[in-house]
Amino acid sequence: MDTLGIKARKVVDFYVDGFKNMTIGKKLWAIIAIKVAILFLVFKLFFFPDILKENYDNDDDRARAVATELTSR
Amino acid sequence: MEDLIQVVDWSRLQFALTAIVHWLFVPLTIGISLIIAVMETIYYRTKSEKWLKTVKFWMVLFAINFAIGVATGIILEFEFGTNWSNYSWFVGDIFGAPLAIEGLLAFFMEATFFAVMFFGWKKVSPAFHLASTWLVAIGVSLSALWILIANAWMQYPVGMEFDPAQMRNVMSDFMAVATSPVAINKFFHAVTSGWVLASVFVIGVSCIIAAKGKNLQMAKDSVKVAGWIGLIGMIFTMWTGDGSAVEVARVQPMKLAAMEGLYRGEVGQELIGIGIVDEKERDVKYKIAIHKGLSILANHDADSFVPGIDDLIDGIALTPQGDTINTTSYAQRIEIGKAAQQALRDYEAARKAGDQAALSDAISRIKANYQYFGYGYFNSPEEAVPPVALTFYAFHIMVMAGGYLLLFLIVALFIVYKKPVWFDTRLARWIGILSIPVVWICSEAGWIVAEVGRQPWTIQDILPVQAAVSSVTAQSVQITFWLFAVVFAALIAAEISIMVNEVKKGSNKDIIA
Repeated sequence: MDTLGIKARKVVDFYVDGFKNMTIGKKLWAIIAIKVAILFLVFKLFFFPDILKENYDNDDDRARAVATELTSR
Repeated sequence: MEDLIQVVDWSRLQFALTAIVHWLFVPLTIGISLIIAVMETIYYRTKSEKWLKTVKFWMVLFAINFAIGVATGIILEFEFGTNWSNYSWFVGDIFGAPLAIEGLLAFFMEATFFAVMFFGWKKVSPAFHLASTWLVAIGVSLSALWILIANAWMQYPVGMEFDPAQMRNVMSDFMAVATSPVAINKFFHAVTSGWVLASVFVIGVSCIIAAKGKNLQMAKDSVKVAGWIGLIGMIFTMWTGDGSAVEVARVQPMKLAAMEGLYRGEVGQELIGIGIVDEKERDVKYKIAIHKGLSILANHDADSFVPGIDDLIDGIALTPQGDTINTTSYAQRIEIGKAAQQALRDYEAARKAGDQAALSDAISRIKANYQYFGYGYFNSPEEAVPPVALTFYAFHIMVMAGGYLLLFLIVALFIVYKKPVWFDTRLARWIGILSIPVVWICSEAGWIVAEVGRQPWTIQDILPVQAAVSSVTAQSVQITFWLFAVVFAALIAAEISIMVNEVKKGSNKDIIA
């Protein structure tokens, strides 16, 4: 268990030290964070619902909705 | 109906914008990760400090591209669920399975070893670090593999059966999907073209960092590595490009006809090098052509017949033995497609009524006619023809740019090995720098050929775009299109600005000092 703990600590330190010593990397991580936030918290949440999941409760209803769509166009 | 056309057009435009922007980043990631892995291998073997610094310089540019590009592909998945919900449901697990494997296996492989690559210089042994760098390069290509398998299935749907109860296609043969010849060819073509793109990028940037005379040796060393990888990549790209032409002739002959602006084919069909498409006259004007070139390219037989757009509409096709035969015309396909759709309506009615006999009858009619299911959405055969001019010009731009890049890579290698003093000239450097946009244009043009050339299909012969789109308003798609345009413009501006800044910093100092 101790060995596992030491190994886990080493992995955490590896990432923490890595982030601490970054120069341009900090700017890049900031860009990634902002981008992911915009994508998931704005676009996905407000503009890109999964239409079938949102409008129908189960897979059978979704299948019938698609059948109606594909046979009525 | 008018709104449906607008929804289709805006959804396609939005998807095209997203895919084009995503593909700005992907091939550079694929290619530069390999170049860095080769450079680090040289460092590992020589223990030369100059190679360590060279690797670290290119790793920064790799990181910038990776950071700005990462997650741009997720937007395509958002669009599937919102704008293309009928398609998303209809493709079922066939599309989902490769994407899930990509997410679980390849992406995590990249992400884990990416951290070692950047944080691990003093934490892990040189051998482990080198292995991590190679695993990043391999992981990036594996990501591409699964995406391209999914894409290839849309172009050549195999290994599935349509289940009307689930109203989706169910995978019946994973290996048929994963080892489809279209997928394998597409994978090698896309990945090796990424090597070419990254190589030209490295050569172009090397020209910039050497401009002030401070990094001449590092620039020349980088050009040597990139030049060889680019040249090998270009040979494979051309070889698999030839394979693509053969596959397209076999499974998407309409795309091939559009690529060449060919309306009526001939035995010993010429290959157009350059020309102007006249869609009204159904001809290519002012053309320069290679005698029998298209027959050789498509069938590896100079005297074979290559069907044109009108031939295909009339049902004239080529057998694997090279004979022309009359097969199912597009007018007949439309009838068959409408019969399949009527059978689906009957299936739904029988299901509601609980009529087992009618259900079985409908299922057998669906199966019998499913091959041309998608044609039932058309009122005339012309609706199944892709945009000819755009496909033609994209194909010819790709070929011309590819030819130029082959010459460019050969000359670059010749200069650094045989005439290194030429590398110090302004002309050579400007050619190197100006070749950077050419390689991106070439790469994007290739995807335009692949994707515009297969229109109007989202799944070849089975689901056209007008059936694949969701019941959403055109306005909602327009709004998100412009939102994406703003975000993408900001991302591209950020990438260029940060990269230019890093390259400038590099050119102002002696990187390997």
